[in-house]
Amino acid sequence: MTTVSMTVNGKNISGEVEDRTLLSTFLRENQGLTGTHVGCDTSQCGACLVHMDGKAIKSCSTLAVQASGSAVTTIEGVSQDGQLHIMQKAFKENHGLQCGFCTPGMIMSAIDMINRLGTDLDEKTIRHELEGNICRCTGYHNIVKAIKAAADEMAEVLEAAE
Amino acid sequence: MYETKYHRASTVTDAAAMLKDAEDGKLLSGGQTLIPTMKQRLAAPSDLIDLRHVDGMGGIVKQADGSIRIGAATCHADVAGNDDVKAALPGLAELAGNIGDPHVRHMGTLGGSIANNDPAADYPAALLALGATIETNKREFSAEDFFTGMFETALDEDEIITAVVFPVASNTAYAKFPNPASRYAMAGVFVAKTNAGARVAVSGAGQGGVFRMPDMEKALDANWAADSVVGIAPSEEDMLSDMHGTAAYRANLVTVMAKRAVKASA
Repeated sequence: MTTVSMTVNGKNISGEVEDRTLLSTFLRENQGLTGTHVGCDTSQCGACLVHMDGKAIKSCSTLAVQASGSAVTTIEGVSQDGQLHIMQKAFKENHGLQCGFCTPGMIMSAIDMINRLGTDLDEKTIRHELEGNICRCTGYHNIVKAIKAAADEMAEVLEAAE
Repeated sequence: MYETKYHRASTVTDAAAMLKDAEDGKLLSGGQTLIPTMKQRLAAPSDLIDLRHVDGMGGIVKQADGSIRIGAATCHADVAGNDDVKAALPGLAELAGNIGDPHVRHMGTLGGSIANNDPAADYPAALLALGATIETNKREFSAEDFFTGMFETALDEDEIITAVVFPVASNTAYAKFPNPASRYAMAGVFVAKTNAGARVAVSGAGQGGVFRMPDMEKALDANWAADSVVGIAPSEEDMLSDMHGTAAYRANLVTVMAKRAVKASA
């Protein structure tokens, strides 16, 4: 067993893992953070997305030992002071989900998208950037709508802050 | 996944020693192919030697002669977003920005991709077309000598890629036809005007991995225009043939992708 230490949602944590333990398994089973979902066994669905050192990565394709020493944010860490993140709120308001299984990954992907590309996103860009996230219910339409709405709201928030 | 032992290297010498000591060790960089393969139990290395924390393996530097040196552990997203790469070799930036999906591009690395030499990987086409030099902890290779066959390279068992140097070129572009399900290239064509003339390299389609198209290069030397490559296709005998596409289909795709790449390069 190996001891791993990392920051998860701002908290310093450590745990004992086998070297072969996936980060997704560590987060879910060792840390009890079951918001990170595992939707496939082939590394292509994106339900397991977390941010590692500020970038979206697939926690099912990363070993917990690889993440040792880094800062990880999961879906549980995006809301602040009991308030939903703007992206979470937009998914709720635009009904950007049906069964909800892919939603944590969609939200982590969408936040990363805005971190990388800014808030001026058109529908084509959003659809292209969602290439790594699979939803089998919605046909993506309301997901795209939710991301667009959140991006617009975040632009307004940024503008108001200036 | 079968059991494995993880090691984190901080220098290349360190990594080489760890690899030597391992019974059946594998180098781990972004792990975007290796870890999924291990999950499926298609690979079971006794030891993994992580290169992500090795000093000097990352980073992109524009050198005095205009060439661009990219550290082997540089992820695809960093290549795609680098201003020097975008200005000097836009085709390379475009290629890197369309590998896998955004999350894969945050982890997957240039060195890892070329060491694996998947026949459907994108980078080999760029290295071969641009006449890149592959630097290792032991020596240097030309791209021509480096890629020796499907999933095979000229690397020794204990050899570690440290960087790739891309010489100056103009009119670089890459066009690929991704498999609609896996998104891997069924044919990906990189074109460039190099100091040695027009170069065309193809990934995804060939049985032996990446290859050049000398007839297209001659035609493009005479006239750099999309129409120049019309009617020039690789031999069907050398093409992959599977449930996704026959050899004839792939041979035709190479011509179509070459046309698109030349058109995009203008």
